[in-house]
Amino acid sequence: MPQGEYLGMTLTVLDLDNENLAYFQHCAEHDFHLQRCVDPECDLLRYPPGTACPWCSGREFNWVPVDARGTVHSYGEVHHAIQPAFRERAPYMILLVELDTQAGEPTEHEALRVAGNLVDADGNFAGPDLVKQVGIGSRMRMVFADVAEGLSLPHWTLDEEAEQPEAPWRYPQEVNGV
Amino acid sequence: MTDIDTTADKYLRDKYAIIGVGETTYTRGSGMTTRALGTWAIKNAMDDAGIPASEIDGMMSYSGNDSTASPMLAGDLGIRLNFYMDVQGGGSSSEALIGLAIGAIEAGMCETVVVFRSMNGFSQVRIGGTGARASVPVGGDALHAAAYGWFSAGQSFSPTFMRHMYDYGTTPEQVAMVKVIHSEHASNNPKAYYKQRVTVEDVVNSRMICKPLHLLDCCVETDNATALIVTSVDKAYDYRNTPARILGVAGRVCKPRIDMHFQHGPISTVAGHYIKDIIYRNAGVGPEDIQCTGAYDAFTFTSMLQLEDYGFCEKGEGGDYVSSGIMRLGGERPNNTSGGHLCEGYTHGMNMIIENVRQLRGEVDCYCPQDDNGKRIHSYNYAPPEEGGGCRQVPDLEITQNLGWAMPGTGSSLIMRKG
Ligand SMILES: [Zn+2]
Repeated sequence: MPQGEYLGMTLTVLDLDNENLAYFQHCAEHDFHLQRCVDPECDLLRYPPGTACPWCSGREFNWVPVDARGTVHSYGEVHHAIQPAFRERAPYMILLVELDTQAGEPTEHEALRVAGNLVDADGNFAGPDLVKQVGIGSRMRMVFADVAEGLSLPHWTLDEEAEQPEAPWRYPQEVNGV
Repeated sequence: MTDIDTTADKYLRDKYAIIGVGETTYTRGSGMTTRALGTWAIKNAMDDAGIPASEIDGMMSYSGNDSTASPMLAGDLGIRLNFYMDVQGGGSSSEALIGLAIGAIEAGMCETVVVFRSMNGFSQVRIGGTGARASVPVGGDALHAAAYGWFSAGQSFSPTFMRHMYDYGTTPEQVAMVKVIHSEHASNNPKAYYKQRVTVEDVVNSRMICKPLHLLDCCVETDNATALIVTSVDKAYDYRNTPARILGVAGRVCKPRIDMHFQHGPISTVAGHYIKDIIYRNAGVGPEDIQCTGAYDAFTFTSMLQLEDYGFCEKGEGGDYVSSGIMRLGGERPNNTSGGHLCEGYTHGMNMIIENVRQLRGEVDCYCPQDDNGKRIHSYNYAPPEEGGGCRQVPDLEITQNLGWAMPGTGSSLIMRKG
């Protein structure tokens, strides 16, 4: 049973939680995978891991590698943290990154929007200087924080190779310099 | 908008009513159990209706394992139950349970149902979470949220709120007006926990909790219990007060992909977008007929997003709607005339239903003088008490609506009319 301490929390994936086991095992290999529906008429990826296909109710799927790059679709920026270990990391960003893969499919409003915190290229929580640079429209790539054997968490960092918007959209009021 | 057929006798429209309402004092430190609080609230609702224990035979409640179940309260109050159901849930349960109470009565399972919510939301289980609660093990689906410090209601909803600002240019100052207006209403409410009127500057200069939410964009956490009594219209007029008649209910209506609703956009659209097609059809009225709203205000944003998606204004114009003065007492369609969750106190939408029941009776408690029978002689002067106002009764009120919120993807609604 993958289990580890992470920011004051005990993170656990139960042995019978097959979908999360596989998802986080791929993350532990630093290789992002999602479930793809096996129905050739459907063939859609889904996030987060689930037990059937949200579009065709099919229960069969394959794990396939997915290019984990995308654009910040929205975010929250926590200044008053609740969980104890997050307090020393505040302000921290909760990002919803819309993957390029399958964006706008199967309808214009749908996309794979993958959660994570903003971290630097080494996977450390972002400091104020980095937080300031990220907003809606920023181009991101995935990095992983290792928690335990078979368990790493996906996070997001600015994609150095991508063209960034001149000024990503950020909440208009600055607080403590960010 | 769905075609509204006002002639057809459908959806149990206008066949049930709320005959009694009651609550405890809103405190931060009740000094008693949720069992004692719940008993107190139900007894107040029974006294309000003038109904004896022998004429109540159903009980329902909701909680997040932070309450006391129906059998204990029924036993305390000498109520013999033919039906009870205690369910999991928070916001949006109030309206849903009223609908289920109607269903239970209609099925012949019981005749008169008390719905209650009892919580020590400050002194025992804080909704926002505390250090201890935030330290519980994280597993399963929470690995995709709580593990990111994405946990409390404000944190969870923040991408929805932020995206609305991005999509429509909604400003912090517009949204702050929700708190400003609700604080005006609370200042005329003797029961309100926060009675202080605040300004837009107070809101946007208050401590940042989680962008885009300042401290004053967030509701108050209180200890209290609330209760209301549902029965058929046939019986409703046997009791002490004019019943509030139920025109329609919608319960826990969801957006697609409710396992993680952000997968299905627009993420700045909330469940009200779907609820409106059910609630107005069921009630046989439309948003233009609603004279007073109770739009759940766990946050300033939640009132705004709901009012917008139910069709009280065009999509994207919620910022203009909430800052225009329409929602103010004396405005075209006042919202949360008690001060709501932002100011009066927090019980997951129940207190806004209780408020609308009293509004429909013409009997909200305010600072207006009372006649020999204890009834308020309303001045309809909504200035603060110290400036000679102190009233919060809406005049000539016929129809109200409650807009219940669980989270961006799930909500409930209730439309009532004067009995
Ligand atoms: Zn499929």
